[in-house]
Amino acid sequence: MTDMLVRKCFEAFGLGLAVLPVAVLLVTAPALAVQPDEILPDPALESRARVLSRELRCMVCQNQSIDDSDAPLAHDLRVLVRERLQAGDTNQQVIDFLTARYGEFVLLKPPFSLHTALLWLTPIGILVIGACGLAFASRRRRPADPELTATERARVSQLVADNDV
Amino acid sequence: MIAELGHYALVLALMLGLIEACVPVYGARRNDAVMMGLAAPVAVAQFAFVAAAFAALTSCYVRSDFSLVNVFENSHSAKPLIYKITGVWGNHEGSMLLWVLILSLFGALVAIFGRNLPARLKATVLSVQSWIAVAFYLFILLTSNPFLRIGDPPIEGRDLNPILQDPGLAIHPPLLYLGYVGLSISFSFAIAALIEARIDAAWARWVRPWTLLAWIFLSLGIAMGSYWAYYTLGWGGWWFWDPVENASFMPWLAATALLHCALVMEKRDALKVWTILLAILAFSLSLLGTFLVRSGVLTSVHAFANDPMRGIFILVILLVFIGGGLALFAVRAPMLKQGGLYAPISREGALVFNNLFLLSACGTVLVGTLYPLVLEALTGDKISVGAPFFNSTFGPLFVPILVAMPFGPLLAWKRGDLLGVAQRLTAAAAMAALAVAAIFAITGSGPIVAPFAIGLAVFVMAGALTETVERAGLLKVPLSTAILRAKGLPRSTWGATLAHFGVGLALLGIIGETQWSVERIAEIKPGESLSLQNYEFHLDGTTARQGPNYRELLARFTVRRHGDIIGVMEPAKRSFPSRETVTTETALMTRGLSQLYLALGETRADGSLAVRAYYKPLVLLIWLGPVVMAFGGALSLSDRRLRIGAPKPARGRAVLAPAE
Repeated sequence: MTDMLVRKCFEAFGLGLAVLPVAVLLVTAPALAVQPDEILPDPALESRARVLSRELRCMVCQNQSIDDSDAPLAHDLRVLVRERLQAGDTNQQVIDFLTARYGEFVLLKPPFSLHTALLWLTPIGILVIGACGLAFASRRRRPADPELTATERARVSQLVADNDV
Repeated sequence: MIAELGHYALVLALMLGLIEACVPVYGARRNDAVMMGLAAPVAVAQFAFVAAAFAALTSCYVRSDFSLVNVFENSHSAKPLIYKITGVWGNHEGSMLLWVLILSLFGALVAIFGRNLPARLKATVLSVQSWIAVAFYLFILLTSNPFLRIGDPPIEGRDLNPILQDPGLAIHPPLLYLGYVGLSISFSFAIAALIEARIDAAWARWVRPWTLLAWIFLSLGIAMGSYWAYYTLGWGGWWFWDPVENASFMPWLAATALLHCALVMEKRDALKVWTILLAILAFSLSLLGTFLVRSGVLTSVHAFANDPMRGIFILVILLVFIGGGLALFAVRAPMLKQGGLYAPISREGALVFNNLFLLSACGTVLVGTLYPLVLEALTGDKISVGAPFFNSTFGPLFVPILVAMPFGPLLAWKRGDLLGVAQRLTAAAAMAALAVAAIFAITGSGPIVAPFAIGLAVFVMAGALTETVERAGLLKVPLSTAILRAKGLPRSTWGATLAHFGVGLALLGIIGETQWSVERIAEIKPGESLSLQNYEFHLDGTTARQGPNYRELLARFTVRRHGDIIGVMEPAKRSFPSRETVTTETALMTRGLSQLYLALGETRADGSLAVRAYYKPLVLLIWLGPVVMAFGGALSLSDRRLRIGAPKPARGRAVLAPAE
């Protein structure tokens, strides 16, 4: 089944550059993402489950959270998340549990670490480098207003004096 | 036979492309008018031949000629005509043919509308455009030929992927490609300027309208794709930070930056070198997007390795054009004269601020998209970078842009007065504060970010209108005078106002959808109802229907609001036997700017139906915003000063008119 889903992902590239995400093709499974029978009776727990689901990746899909995916694996993970929550886990405990089981790949927002440092520092990095570059460029381009030389000053007073006459 | 003619036409286009790639640019170096004069007619002829090839492929699709591999794999004789036509670009080979069709179209447009371009510049621009074209003609002919035959033609085709059998396919890819590939013109102009080692007034005037044209199509294409995804997917999402989406969003961000900095160059003769660099970057991102999507590298590193020919070919194109462009830039940029000094607080400064943040946002999307690929290739570690990452990095980078947006157009060139501008924005800020208070009062304990975000959107919209309101003298002079004055404002002023206003609209829609959307997932039987806030969906029953190439299960819901019937919604599930695929057809009901959304899930043996219902407040603004932005762009494009580079001689004519 997994293989079939992955193959469907490949077919998606038929569309090419179009924006329509590849995820679309996974709708081919005749189901909705979250199934009615998965929903927990406790609305507070259920809404926590939904929030968590959006942060977790369906590992056989392309860039889909388990909240969006119709893949059987996503279903299993949604049920698992709800079981953990019902057992009294905190959100962080559920995430830790899944990370221990499936690796960092399951997190759609990778935690900050040595090998994701570059990723997380990019936004602020470009901003800082860009701002420094701009400051440097403008300093280089704008020469300090040169003082008038003695001859120029004499010429100015000459002109002013002439005008007064 | 027609397929062979198409194939031959494409080969001839390649030959013309080769001539165009060498002769005019050489003529420009030698100042040979004949050689340079070749550029325009050959560009038009090239377009004609690519169009012929495209028409030939379309004809094969329409006639369901399954002796072509491409048609066999992506079409079916029972498919409705519109999907036979759109199916032409619903696959790899055909979409590449559309790519070169649009590329050569832009070349032809420059040839036709560029009569008043300096001959040397025009010849060089068209040659550079042909370099790109030749690379992609070769790519198609050598690795992705849509005209290949099958020795023993099958009787029936495999059909187009059912998800693509949607009117969206008719509109979205062509619009997107017009934008994507349209950026090639800005690139060609930039490279030509570097080759010529000079940027003159004509260059500056020409780049902005072409970029604007590409930007309009790109904006519409992305918005259209987003709406398509929204109604096709069945869970109401409209943006996923999917790599394929990012591939089109990055060029949009770069093109937006380019558009704004080209303004500085045109008006103030500053930021020339920067404009050139941005033009190269914007098209490089288009090429990168093509590579990402076309090579299969996104699916996985392994998919790329299985069929590396196409991927490597595009990678080489990518490296040659981006690397070559940047190398040329490095060599030639120092020779370009910089001009136009300005203080940090000035219109120029504001536009530089805009560029800095737009490019940081663009860089974030770029790194986020490529990081998992690169990390896996280098270390073997697999990580995911998805929507939560982009939301928490891209969002904060965009807020400063939105806050600064109303200030920019009000600042004076060269040296601006920030305090003065802030005073002029008092009304806008007051309206924003009022909006925040009102939303707080209405929603009470709702999401805490929402009121402030709405306030920001109102500030952006009111701020966008401030300049036009001031210049028209609204509330200060009689209304009729104000209207007259507003009409007299240059179209480019109106264009900018509308474009910025559209951003605010889109923001309102995004906030409405993400903060206040209501969802209900349930299983119901015919005769039962599902309630969602004030709405009630009553399942009247289901019917099975036969479509042209699918069977569908249609569910009929009567929708009530506070007990009154307001209409009927009919979501469906279609199954396509040719591909053994099921698609969901959502039902939408528009209520003002908001929508009700119904999608069907699984049917149980006892006849109950899984249903997903949504109420999505203000959701239409998400796409209406970009449409307003694009309209603003079109209005600006129609401004006489942009079209022919000269202001309207209104006063002059008044003087010359004889006194009555």
